[in-house]
Amino acid sequence: MGIDKIGIAKRIAQELRNGWYVNLGIGIPTLVANYIPDGINVEFQSENGILGMGPFPREENVDADLINAGKQTITALPGAVYFDSSMSFAMIRGKHVQLTVLGAMEVSENGDIANWKIPGKMVKGMGGAMDLVASAENIIVAMMHTNKKGESKLLENCSLPLTGVNCVKKIVTNLAVLNILPDGGFELLERAPGVTIEAIKSATKGKLIVNSSEIPEMQL
Amino acid sequence: MIEKKVLNAADGCKDIFSGATIMLGGFGLCGIPENCIQALVEMKINGLTCISNNAGVDDFGLGYLLQNKQIKKMISSYVGENEEFERQMLSGELEVDLIPQGSLAERCRAAGAGIPAFFTPAGFGTEISKGKEVRNFNGKPHILETALNADFAIVKAWKGDTAGNLIYKGTARNFNPLMAMAGKITIAEVEELVSPGELDPNQIHTPGIFIQRIFKGSNYEKRIEQRTVNENK
Repeated sequence: MGIDKIGIAKRIAQELRNGWYVNLGIGIPTLVANYIPDGINVEFQSENGILGMGPFPREENVDADLINAGKQTITALPGAVYFDSSMSFAMIRGKHVQLTVLGAMEVSENGDIANWKIPGKMVKGMGGAMDLVASAENIIVAMMHTNKKGESKLLENCSLPLTGVNCVKKIVTNLAVLNILPDGGFELLERAPGVTIEAIKSATKGKLIVNSSEIPEMQL
Repeated sequence: MIEKKVLNAADGCKDIFSGATIMLGGFGLCGIPENCIQALVEMKINGLTCISNNAGVDDFGLGYLLQNKQIKKMISSYVGENEEFERQMLSGELEVDLIPQGSLAERCRAAGAGIPAFFTPAGFGTEISKGKEVRNFNGKPHILETALNADFAIVKAWKGDTAGNLIYKGTARNFNPLMAMAGKITIAEVEELVSPGELDPNQIHTPGIFIQRIFKGSNYEKRIEQRTVNENK
C-alpha cells in the first residue's frame, strides 16, 4: 500500500533547500541524493569524512579509499573535501549540517527514535546516529509505516532501546507525511496517492492528529 | 630528524602483548592497517581489547582476529556487517562496548590532546548514558565522556616519511589521525615511504611527533565492502 522507497526518497528531496549541507543515513535516505529538485544546490556530508559527495563511480573509477558511511564506493564532486572523524562530528555536533535524514525501526509521538538494537536478536550498533539525532535541528525520518509483521512503527512510546529523545521533527513513510508536534502527536500533513485517512489511522498506533478532512496527496 | 623506520609489520608490532589495548584505524575496510592485522594474527596473541569503529567483515580486517578468538573486548560504534561479531556478542563470548561514532572519535582525540573528559549531547536519554554524569549547558542535557587511551595505536596512511609525518588519501583518513594521537606507542603503515623533506609540510595531516614506528606496507588488498557503480549510459 502507498508509495515505494523511491517515492519516499522523492518526497523527502522536496524538503531540500538551497545552500543546505545534508547528511543522509544508510538505506532509503541515501536514495534522496538521486532526486534533488532543479535549481536546488546542496552538499552531502558523509560522516566517515567527506563533504561534497557525488554519485556512485563508473566501474573504471572505483576507488577503495573513497566510500560513504554505508561503505559504498562513491565519487567526490569538484570542491569536495576529506577530513577525519573528529572533524566530521564537529560539523554535526556544532550544527553546521542543516538537515539529517535517517531510517528508524520505531518513532514515538514525542519524537523519540529507536534504530540501533533489538535486545537479544539484532545489534548493529548506533554508528553516528546518536550524535546526529542529539545535535541536528532538522531531522526527517524515512521509513515504512509498518514493520514486516504489519505492526505500526509510529508509537506512543518506543519499545526498543532509544537512539535519541525528542528529536524527530518530520516523518515520511510509504503512507504519509507527518509532523511531530512540540506537545506530542503525529500531525498528518499529506497522504500517499490513493491512501485514505482511515488507512493511515489504522496503521498508526501513536496519537494521530488530523486537523482537516481534506488532507492533500503527496505530489511526486 | 628522529628516525622512526622499522622493517615491517612484524618488527613494528613485536612488543604487542596478550591482553594489550590496541586502537586500529579505519572505517569499515577503508583505511585499515592490513599488514599489522596480519602480523597480530601470526603472533597468536590473545585477550586483546580492540578499539576500532568497526570490526571488519567475517573474513577480512579485524574479522580475522575475531575468527581466531584473539579479541576479548571490542570498543566500536557499528558492527552491522559482521556476523561472527554479532554471534560472539549475543552469545556473551565477546565483551562489547558500543559508543556513538562521534564520541568514539572525540574520546580518541581527547586522549591524545591531554583532555581527560568532555560533555556531549550524544546518547542522552539512551542506555549509553547510564551511570554517566549529566549536566545542562545552554538548557540542554549533556553526558560526560572520558578519554580513551591505548597501549598501542595502529594506523594506515597513504604516504609517510621516516620522521613519521603522514598523509592520508580520501576517506581512508577517518579515525587514523585521532588514534595516532592516542596510542602510547603508535605504529604507522604506509603505501609509500619517503625521506624527510620529500613531503610538503603544508600537506601533512599527522605530524610525526605522534608516531613512534613507521614502515612501508606491502600487498594491500584494499577490499571493498559495497561495490556500487553507476551504470547509466
